[in-house]
Amino acid sequence: MKITLKVWRQKNINTAGKLVEYQLDNVSEDMSFLEMFDVLNDSLTRKGEEPVAFDHDCREGICGTCSMYINGRPHGPQTGATTCQLHMRSFNDGDTIVVEPWRARSFPVIKDLMVDRLAFDRIIQSGGYVSVNTGSARDANEILIPRTIADEAMDAAACIGCGACVAACKNASAMLFVAAKVSQLAILPQGQAEHKERAERMVAQMDAEGFGACSFTGACSVECPKSISLDHIARLNREYLGAKLTSDNING
Amino acid sequence: MAWVTQTLSSSLGRKVIMSLTGLFLCSFLIIHMAGNLQLFKGDGGRAFNEYTYFMTHNPLIMTISYVLYTSILVHALMAFILTRHNQASRPIKYAYSKPEANSAWASRNMGILGTVLLLFIIIHMRTFWYEMHFGSVPMAEYDGKEYKDLYAVVQVAFGELWYVILYVICMVAIGYHLWHGFQSGFQTLGLRHKKYTPIIEFLGKYFFAIIIPAAFAAMPIYVYLQVHHII
Ligand code: HEM
Ligand code: SF4
Ligand code: FES
Repeated sequence: MKITLKVWRQKNINTAGKLVEYQLDNVSEDMSFLEMFDVLNDSLTRKGEEPVAFDHDCREGICGTCSMYINGRPHGPQTGATTCQLHMRSFNDGDTIVVEPWRARSFPVIKDLMVDRLAFDRIIQSGGYVSVNTGSARDANEILIPRTIADEAMDAAACIGCGACVAACKNASAMLFVAAKVSQLAILPQGQAEHKERAERMVAQMDAEGFGACSFTGACSVECPKSISLDHIARLNREYLGAKLTSDNING
Repeated sequence: MAWVTQTLSSSLGRKVIMSLTGLFLCSFLIIHMAGNLQLFKGDGGRAFNEYTYFMTHNPLIMTISYVLYTSILVHALMAFILTRHNQASRPIKYAYSKPEANSAWASRNMGILGTVLLLFIIIHMRTFWYEMHFGSVPMAEYDGKEYKDLYAVVQVAFGELWYVILYVICMVAIGYHLWHGFQSGFQTLGLRHKKYTPIIEFLGKYFFAIIIPAAFAAMPIYVYLQVHHII
């Protein structure tokens, strides 16, 4: 198939970028979207031009690294999938495809389609963990957890930190990500001890990073490759308000 | 007290203020609509005027009305702060975006809908509230007691076609605002439950976003038709 690409090209974090048009005449519909980019980069390299920088790692939908805003949607037209799982058969011969980086104040563009997502790491560092002494693993049956709770925590833990929720949200809000990271621990007994500080600190860090507020448009959940549910956002609100009202932390 | 100011200035805290003021305004809508249904009585406005007398003289209602004015102002101010902050969170827009693929129009345009509502509230209060409190309203007498004849003011205002059309458009705006806003307000407070959320969504969409605005829109239409002897 023949594809026209309009790709965001930007030299570095300090320069302005622009959309640049490329023609690809020999795209197989069995290629993944990233493989199509490999073909583009191969031809650019052969012509002595600089290849398009884009993030990718596992290429099997589990690492969350691949981030492209394709034809107006994060990770392209499919739902419940990352860019590396998108195949060219989702497009038609002769299509023009616009590819942009995630757009958010908190995710500055480093180069071309690559953005800096360290803001997510800093949010995790602020409280997205359980403090336990490491050592030999405890017996799994020692702590009883009902199946439904375990499943719900597992659903939240499926978040791969890709940032599509931020990219999709009209407010560039990170609520779905933070909600998943708070939920996965808050509903398990191991996460109880720190659940108040966790909600307080992670929300404070989320705000400090400059993400927007949540308007409940639901765009995040629709575009999330792991279909993280909005239930978790309501739980985060509950956790945060409960913590603010009842924690011992009077200094904010 | 640092924790209070810190909580209320966080993104979640600001949304809680939006939600509490917004839901309070929703509860007011029910009262306001129930009272104004007196307009349909066809008794020359007596029931309506007696009701307005009650609303402007009962101490409890008068206190709540100040909470109401404050709620409108705080809701609008917070809407402005949040919208500015949200826009600043994406300084460079996408060249090509398809938000309709993942979210409802009303949910993305609460600020625009709210601005229409704010203008509406100003016009509405100028026409009725201001006249009632500070204007010169004709008097009516029922059983030897004097009442301000707000019904006459209603007839003059709703006798104008442009005013009726403006009202109907604004009621569509409030319908969209609450189609998203009512259930969103509960999510903001963390109130989400498998048993109750479907009820809240149903109430928000059918009662608050359709029935209430439709009943409000019917009032100017009815009065217009009556004033012009069409019905
Ligand atoms: C005075 C003019 C108004 C403005 C400027 C305004 C603006 C807004 C905005 C921007 C939001 C969305 C906040 C967000 O996206 O997070 C919102 C939410 C809301 N509004 Fe309004 N609005 C106004 C009037 C009203 C009225 C008259 C009502 C009810 C009768 C109302 C009820 C609500 C509710 C229930 C919410 C949901 C709160 C939440 O999501 O937590 N608003 N408003
Ligand atoms: S919540 Fe979903 S969209 Fe957001 S970072 Fe996690 S996996 Fe990605
Ligand atoms: S490259 Fe790992 S999820 Fe796409």
